[in-house]
Amino acid sequence: MFDFLAKTGRRAAPRRRTAAALLAGAAATALLATPLSAQTLKVVMHSSLRVLDPIITTAYMSRNHGYMVFDTLFALDEEYNIKPQMAEGYTVSDDGLTYTITLRDGLLFHDGAPVTATDVIASLKRWGERDGMGQKLMSQIASWDAPDDKTVVITLSEPYGLLMDSIAKPSSNVPFIMPARLAETPSTEGVPEQIGSGPFKFVQDEFQPGVKAVYEKFEEYVPRDEPPSWASGGKVVKVDRVEWIVMADAQTAMNAIMSGEIDYWEAPPYDLLPVLETVPDLTIHVINKMGSTTIGRYNFLHPPFDDLKVRQAAMIAMNQQDVMDAMIGNPDYYTICGAMFMCGTPLETEVGAEGVMEKDDLDKAKALLAESSYDGTPLVIMHPTDVGSLRTQPVVAAQAFRDAGFNVDLQAMDWQTLVGRRASQAPISENGWNMFFTTWVGADVFNPIANNMVNGKGSDGGWFGWPDMPEAEELRDAYAKAATVEEQKEIAEKLQAFAYENAMYIPLGQFTAPAAWTGKIEGVLDGPAPFFWNISKSE
Amino acid sequence: MLSYILRRVLAAIPVMIFVALFVFLLLRLSPGDPAAIIAGDTATPEQLEQIRERLGLNDPLLVQFADWGWRLLQGDFGESILSGTPVTSMIADRMEPTISLALTTIVLSIVIAVPLGVIAAWKHGTIIDRVVMAISVLGFSVPVFVIAYVLIQVFAINLKWLPVQGFTSIFDDPGTFAQRITLPTLTLTSLYIALIARITRTSMLETLGEDFVRTARAKGLAERRVLMKHALRNSAVPIVTVIGIGFALIISGVVVTESVFNLPGIGRLTVDAVLARDYPVIQGVILLASLLYVGINLLIDIAYVILDPRIRYA
Repeated sequence: MFDFLAKTGRRAAPRRRTAAALLAGAAATALLATPLSAQTLKVVMHSSLRVLDPIITTAYMSRNHGYMVFDTLFALDEEYNIKPQMAEGYTVSDDGLTYTITLRDGLLFHDGAPVTATDVIASLKRWGERDGMGQKLMSQIASWDAPDDKTVVITLSEPYGLLMDSIAKPSSNVPFIMPARLAETPSTEGVPEQIGSGPFKFVQDEFQPGVKAVYEKFEEYVPRDEPPSWASGGKVVKVDRVEWIVMADAQTAMNAIMSGEIDYWEAPPYDLLPVLETVPDLTIHVINKMGSTTIGRYNFLHPPFDDLKVRQAAMIAMNQQDVMDAMIGNPDYYTICGAMFMCGTPLETEVGAEGVMEKDDLDKAKALLAESSYDGTPLVIMHPTDVGSLRTQPVVAAQAFRDAGFNVDLQAMDWQTLVGRRASQAPISENGWNMFFTTWVGADVFNPIANNMVNGKGSDGGWFGWPDMPEAEELRDAYAKAATVEEQKEIAEKLQAFAYENAMYIPLGQFTAPAAWTGKIEGVLDGPAPFFWNISKSE
Repeated sequence: MLSYILRRVLAAIPVMIFVALFVFLLLRLSPGDPAAIIAGDTATPEQLEQIRERLGLNDPLLVQFADWGWRLLQGDFGESILSGTPVTSMIADRMEPTISLALTTIVLSIVIAVPLGVIAAWKHGTIIDRVVMAISVLGFSVPVFVIAYVLIQVFAINLKWLPVQGFTSIFDDPGTFAQRITLPTLTLTSLYIALIARITRTSMLETLGEDFVRTARAKGLAERRVLMKHALRNSAVPIVTVIGIGFALIISGVVVTESVFNLPGIGRLTVDAVLARDYPVIQGVILLASLLYVGINLLIDIAYVILDPRIRYA
């Protein structure tokens, strides 16, 4: 017996020594680990990049990727002014029908080919097949011409006030310019290569969906001379390489930024901010001041939300404060805002918004419900439990609706199930739905054309929920044709009043999401999307 | 034996066909539409229809299955619906972290757990036995992510000995590989030690009560030889089974551990693909996992024969 112990003891000793040596070795290697390259920016984005073509999808990650690889003709600065980007400038004919855009010198695609007017036209046409504002614009265009390689002539069939706003659109879908050979790909199919003329080149060989995407500085990119402001101005790249690393776990991302393994974290969850705020040399800053909005959307095709009184009762039952408290918590990062075209924009107005901005008026909601056709059938609210930013609103809504006298069937599902199901116009009994919630980046809803929720085209051409309201469409058309900013504001106000009166959707508050970065990096720009030019990194 | 292996390999074919059909149908019956995911918020019904058409989602199920099956027979698992990346290369990229983690975990677990289980059985009812069992219960009971975060806090954040996250290939940089694989290995090892030590102890206890052990001791064999050569070898069948299944479990993906340590393994690939309804990727991963299970079970059966000559396969 003892003999066994003695022998195993002797044998175990070298193993222990080996294990100890291994551990010590690993630790020593860790201590001597090569420091992160000063020229590689390591970034954790809010999600994983999956679809590479920023025209076929509205996914924000694809848009962000688009800003790295592609460039735009025009861009908005932080005051919402339209500035030339790839364009040198433009002129408009006296009758307002002909726009002549000139390209600036030095524009090159990543394959070495120069950017020509033909590339611009092909890219804009493809974008115009997919984007909402683009579709509207395309319906107004009589002809496209490229009299020479640097000149694009767009002729309208009638004056249209939003041509420049459309092609300077800052968020999904952004009218990125790509080579004509790629832009000829059908707009329902992704382009086969990621060749743009933007400040970064996409490193296809290192792309691992769900793991990382890598970009290298495009040495031949010629930045504009103006200082950068949002997506406009000089896009001067100050690092050699940017790596977008996917981290599925927020706690891991927090540990990684605290230990310096990553430099920039696009969207730390609100509940981790108090921890991050205690870390020295870590900057926490909101880069997109306009932020996002969250909304509730009815299905207008089926009872009970085909009845205006029921929609109004639901709207009055909810209030933004409860949603924002539950969803964001920290008042530094949210605003109670009734403006359908966002607070802080030229079209901001709170006309008609009393119902959602004030605390619940349950008696009024109950009275409206009693007058309505509502028969007590449970409302089917789709509840996406796998998306942090969307799992709270349905729960708050369900309670508010129950308090007002609704019966509620809160159905848990993943977001992709919701995305598939919300496209169904079938009755509730056939796997239909009554309500869902989503969020929009402000730049996607900041005017009546971009904002899908005030689209009144109904089941043919409308956005999910499909309100059939020709008056809304008339106002949107009038907005598109408005000649002055004052006129645009006036029409936007009328449209907002109409949308509230008819309960087209429930705006539930405006919020911002701060990004965090370490003291090693400088020059992070504000913008409607995260930009990685102008950022330098030191040891 | 050879004919047995051949028969087992042949028997795997209908299993794989069944798995392929089952996975294919299950995915098509589950809610969610990849076309809607690609198209985003503003696509018109016509555009959705065009995307579905392009992806072949409008074809009859039988046609879709036959098309997929035919490509599979040629070794083509298809491409990711979302990124267009070939499924084989996506799986291949994710296999190295997963296999590395599986090997380091299983080897470390065996090295620690088998001796622990043997000692616990040998010292049955003593304080040593109780301590080993207490460690096992703890290993089983504490969730893996808790162990992971505690290890990160101590070794990565406080002591700064090891990195928080990530993976580097052993072929690129063995030193960095060792740093990055250490904490996830220790995390999973805590669970596997518990599993293997318990089964080793139970199996050894049973064997130690057998007549041949008493005979071995009676004829004066050294206790170490009794334990290691006679008892452990005769207890090996259930231990090998647990080790084999444990290995297969890690290979098919340990999502929590992979997420916490940001290891780009098969588990995360599977979860991401399911959440995005990336049908070809899900199908590829499940088929591969099934194939691995069949293969590992076959290896376990072969190991039985080597460990216990009494076992014969007709």
